[in-house]
Amino acid sequence: MSLLDVKDLRTSYGQVNVLAGVSFTVEPGETYALVGESGSGKTTVIRAIAGLAPAQEGSVKFEGREIRGASEREMRPLRKDIAMMFQDPVGSLSPRLTIRSLITEPYRIQGMKDRDLDAEAKRLLEMVNLPAHFADRYPYQLSGGQARRVGVARALALEPKLILADEPTAGLDVSVQGELLNLMNDLRERLGLAMVIITHNLNVVRHVADRMGIMYLGRLVEEGTTEAIFKHPRHPYTRCLLSANPEPDPDARLERIALKGEPPSLLRRPKGCEFRERCPFAQEVCSQTPQWEIENGHGLRCLAPLG
Amino acid sequence: MSDTLLEIDRLSVDYETARGDLRALRDISFDVRKGEIVGIVGESGCGKSTLISSILRLTAPNTRFRQGEVRFKGEDLLQLPERRMRALRGADISIVFQDPMQTHNPVLSIGQQMLDIQHRSKASRAEKRARAAQMLGAVGIPDPEARLDQFPHEFSGGMRQRIAIAMALMSEPDLLIADEPTTALDATLEVQIIERLQELQREFNCAILFISHHLGVIAELCDRVVVMYAGAVVESGDVREIFHDPKHPYTRRLIDCDPGHIKERARVLPTIPGEVPDLANLPGGCIFRDRCNQAMPRCAAEVPPLTQLKNGHHAACWLNHKEAAE
Ligand SMILES: Nc1ncnc2c1ncn2[C@@H]1O[C@H](COP(=O)(O)OP(=O)(O)OP(=O)(O)O)[C@@H](O)[C@H]1O
Ligand SMILES: Nc1ncnc2c1ncn2[C@@H]1O[C@H](COP(=O)(O)OP(=O)(O)OP(=O)(O)O)[C@@H](O)[C@H]1O
Ligand code: SF4
Ligand code: SF4
Ligand SMILES: [Mg+2]
Ligand SMILES: [Mg+2]
Repeated sequence: MSLLDVKDLRTSYGQVNVLAGVSFTVEPGETYALVGESGSGKTTVIRAIAGLAPAQEGSVKFEGREIRGASEREMRPLRKDIAMMFQDPVGSLSPRLTIRSLITEPYRIQGMKDRDLDAEAKRLLEMVNLPAHFADRYPYQLSGGQARRVGVARALALEPKLILADEPTAGLDVSVQGELLNLMNDLRERLGLAMVIITHNLNVVRHVADRMGIMYLGRLVEEGTTEAIFKHPRHPYTRCLLSANPEPDPDARLERIALKGEPPSLLRRPKGCEFRERCPFAQEVCSQTPQWEIENGHGLRCLAPLG
Repeated sequence: MSDTLLEIDRLSVDYETARGDLRALRDISFDVRKGEIVGIVGESGCGKSTLISSILRLTAPNTRFRQGEVRFKGEDLLQLPERRMRALRGADISIVFQDPMQTHNPVLSIGQQMLDIQHRSKASRAEKRARAAQMLGAVGIPDPEARLDQFPHEFSGGMRQRIAIAMALMSEPDLLIADEPTTALDATLEVQIIERLQELQREFNCAILFISHHLGVIAELCDRVVVMYAGAVVESGDVREIFHDPKHPYTRRLIDCDPGHIKERARVLPTIPGEVPDLANLPGGCIFRDRCNQAMPRCAAEVPPLTQLKNGHHAACWLNHKEAAE
């Protein structure tokens, strides 16, 4: 049994199908990366898993138990096991609470009255490499990256089994980013922590994710081990995405494969393969609708995959 | 002088806190020329956002300007009457904030906000709306017409960021200041935005001050780079020099930590061990000393000044002084 089993998850806002059927699993201790186009529905996926965004259809099983559509009361005990790191670090921190209150809030919500909150605050701040006196500050007195680290500390407070992390390292310098990823890796090894990580930083994905799924227009278009996908991306969108990654070298000559045209409309989803209008490798057969096919654990939605 | 657009001159800024004054910026000096793209990099919390909010005078209430000038086209912005400053912001100088929610009013539709920022224009409402939609399309927002009526929370994180960029570009400013504007963009869109900014530079000779932790983007976009550490400039120079021949140990270590260089999966990512000094309680000598593996006795005694090396390359490290002396 997988720790997390998401099947055919669908979300619409009015007429707009933001998620058009998303399925994936995460095993204990595994890190699964969701990458893909801005606006493709990544944040909606993890918010729907955590019960923070609607999902009209599909199933979300955590340790075998259906949690899609669970009420807040049913979700509360689960918040101990499933923690969330939000994409917007400052906005997700209540401006009137001190950092001490914010990072120890999970203990209060779970009714853990026996904890020494001052000591916990100190421990958590230290864990994300922030000085102890930050406990007395308010969110507006932090830099963007410091606020991000407070969000991380808060999510790790209860030693959850699963972390849903939305861009956990955006806005961090590469050294602090490394510290954070090393910390998460350590927790994974020590506690078997599993993680769904959304990130646009492909360098991060390469180093932390065991498997990855690539999203386009509310669906997965490719899924496999991180190693396989970086070595041999088979979906044309994945190939374009990986080829775009800017290199930290002003003289790098990148052979980018450009996407054609504009991001597609959710109001009028393209017919046939939904990537067709922008696909540099499109062929005649692509006017048909590709199905999700899995071969040797590598999932693909493409009628003319790259070799 | 004539082609200098922005001059930051010995700027020092404090935050007043219960623990005493936090020396957030100390003696910052650098220029941005017309049409130049200058990148600012540095550790999280080193004062990048403080610097740009000081330039624009949009600082938190507990901010205190200690010394220095910020000259834009020769005029000290810190002395301008608030009315003139307001006129500059959004017309000659545009900004993309680190937190897009700082730009977007949550209770107004995006369309309304994009009409509001065109208040100086004589165009009709319909024309302004069309221009707003066109700008959204230009940053890759699908169905721009329909989406103008939506509210900020109905957009994805990366869409909000792109809308903030679109809004900043609407006035065709002389100076665009962008604080980590691409953190929520996928690589293909990021490249598209980089190209859009380069176009802007070519077509309108717009100068850009670009803050980012993504060294790949800095390398690709910028002409010159300013490296900050703990509230001070520690190095600045041409983008090639900074990446290929960094002269300050912090810059060198920062570049080495970039996982972009490491093509095989690493179990443990490189970091710079140690902690940033407490800005309310600064140590004497070089601020990077505690973490520097090349520190010498002199580094504890004297603050290394930012000195010119060659071709406009500056660094604040005694190692270079030794080289220079020999
Ligand atoms: N209003 C404030 N009062 C007190 N301290 C503050 C205030 N705002 C920021 N600081 C502190 O000043 C320092 C500089 O913050 P700033 O936001 O400029 O950093 P930054 O370089 O933009 O970092 P990041 O890359 O993480 O966004 C940080 O240590 C921060 O904690
Ligand atoms: N509350 C909402 N109401 C209406 N539309 C929404 C809402 N939340 C999200 N959407 C739409 O759903 C789509 C997917 O958004 P989501 O935030 O999941 O994207 P994302 O993949 O996380 O993008 P990014 O990488 O830019 O953060 C977008 O078109 C967005 O505008
Ligand atoms: S099915 Fe055809 S159009 Fe779609 S991604 Fe594959 S090759 Fe491109
Ligand atoms: S001045 Fe000394 S301590 Fe500072 S960076 Fe240079 S060598 Fe290191
Ligand atoms: Mg998102
Ligand atoms: Mg900042």
